[in-house]
Amino acid sequence: MMKSNLHKDQLLSAAIWASASLTILFLVWIMWHILSNGLSHVSWEFITGAYTRIGEASGIWAMIVSTVYMVLLSLSIASPIAIMTAIYLTEYAKPGSQIVKVIRFCTESLAGIPSIVYGLFGMTFFVTILGLGFSILSGGLTLAMLILPVIIRTTEEALMAVPNSYREGGYALGASKIYTIWRLILPSAMPGIITSIILSTGRVIGESAPVFLTAGMVTQIPQSVLDSGRTLTVHLYKLTQELFTQAEWDQAYATASILILLVLVLNLITKIIATRYNKAVK
Amino acid sequence: MMNTLSEASAIILSEPRANKRQWQADIAHVIFFISAMIGVISVLTIGWFVFKEGLPAFQQAGITQLVLGKEWLPPALFGIAPMIVTSLISTLGAVIISVPVAILSAVFLAELAPKWLANIVRPAVELLAGIPSVVYGFFGLVIIVPMIESAFGLPAGNTILAGIIVLAVMILPTVITISETSIRALPRTYKEAAFALGASHIYTIFKVLLPSARSGIYTAISLGIARAIGETMAIIMVMGNAPAMPGSLLEPARTLTANIAMEMSYATGIHASALYSTGIVLLVFIMLLNLSLLYLNNKRA
Repeated sequence: MMKSNLHKDQLLSAAIWASASLTILFLVWIMWHILSNGLSHVSWEFITGAYTRIGEASGIWAMIVSTVYMVLLSLSIASPIAIMTAIYLTEYAKPGSQIVKVIRFCTESLAGIPSIVYGLFGMTFFVTILGLGFSILSGGLTLAMLILPVIIRTTEEALMAVPNSYREGGYALGASKIYTIWRLILPSAMPGIITSIILSTGRVIGESAPVFLTAGMVTQIPQSVLDSGRTLTVHLYKLTQELFTQAEWDQAYATASILILLVLVLNLITKIIATRYNKAVK
Repeated sequence: MMNTLSEASAIILSEPRANKRQWQADIAHVIFFISAMIGVISVLTIGWFVFKEGLPAFQQAGITQLVLGKEWLPPALFGIAPMIVTSLISTLGAVIISVPVAILSAVFLAELAPKWLANIVRPAVELLAGIPSVVYGFFGLVIIVPMIESAFGLPAGNTILAGIIVLAVMILPTVITISETSIRALPRTYKEAAFALGASHIYTIFKVLLPSARSGIYTAISLGIARAIGETMAIIMVMGNAPAMPGSLLEPARTLTANIAMEMSYATGIHASALYSTGIVLLVFIMLLNLSLLYLNNKRA
């Protein structure tokens, strides 16, 4: 009896180690394959060069600019709305009231909608009905809707983590509610809010299907938010559709490497904020 | 002291200022409320739009023709049964491969891994959760597709199987991270009590910890399923996208999401409406998924 249990334990333990090894193997494989083939082709010329369809000297500067515009635009639309929503839910609304349930249900449903449906909606509503055309603005508005629930949820958690004594202290000193929120509650929830904004940045950089349906794929630097632009992910997708020459393969690997590096940097920033914040709390 | 306090309260409570402050507070309240309603309005607008635009295709083809029809020849025939089958099969396949590996990996990180190793693997898994899906698609295209090609002697490796493998890798980090968090969130006393009763570590993991973390693990799996069924670009890149009913896992096929992404940019009229109805079917699946999660977690409570 005892012995068979021991065997079973060993077997299960082996399964756990095997699974973990498989996970790690895949992670290392993906990263190594892309970075080892791509990093050597990431050069200053590649990053700042203009895209030419044929030829060796092809760069991705226009895609970087489009991606940055897309991030800035969607964040500046979504984050104020999301933060104010979170403030309403935690500071104003009665916990558990009907309206809170409705708002929470709706934002959670928003989070569950597949991104391609956002693309479908954005293309009909922003591009066609509002007449914004395939533009950074249409893409930014679509992505703003997509990241709204992400920022709302994490900001709400950060606000709820602020001890009630802060609020009581503020009121006891005669501060108004809005002053207490602005000067006491928001600053102490700031690390959580910044983390959620960085997470959404990653989400905006990573999205592709809703982006090409709303912002198009023009490979020029957008001059205004009403111009079409191609983000890095959409660029990588387009590159993989026509992989013939070695130069095209190199470009694809280099673009994929840059995307991985971007995600890596964003992850490092969130880690630094988290450790600093935890130290400050302790 | 007493004096200043009463003076202060007199200032705060003096009529005009109190009114002004009340007025400001009301304005702030209204602004916050309006912001909160934007999310509600967004979801209603998207829902209303998708259903309104998809309706003509349902009316023209009929719900059974659309959902059970096998021929996709817009603007004449809008059978999306092949896409429904492909979406379900590829998601199911990915879940069958990925979920056991992911849950055991989560157990590894939460319970068995030495601290230094967990501190390396955990951030790596989190990093993988953030990598754009086109990068996974690219990896699938250059590694998985040629492997399938040579392993099965196919002319082209762009098949459902390639899609399943890419999706399985993609949902791995999602399921691992959330499962691990829910295992770690369990009170230490569960483990201590099991040890005190003489249970081995492995026995404790499988009979005490995993069952107790069930609701978090269900959530992790449902988020993994949602990611798999909603994935678009990675699938387009590796699955071949033929809109016919697939005969086996080694044939190219098109998912619901791919159907929308491939044709939306040039579709007009009833064709566009058919793509919206594809979106409706996708949303129905997501709703069913969330309802079953709700049911599973309520049953437990």
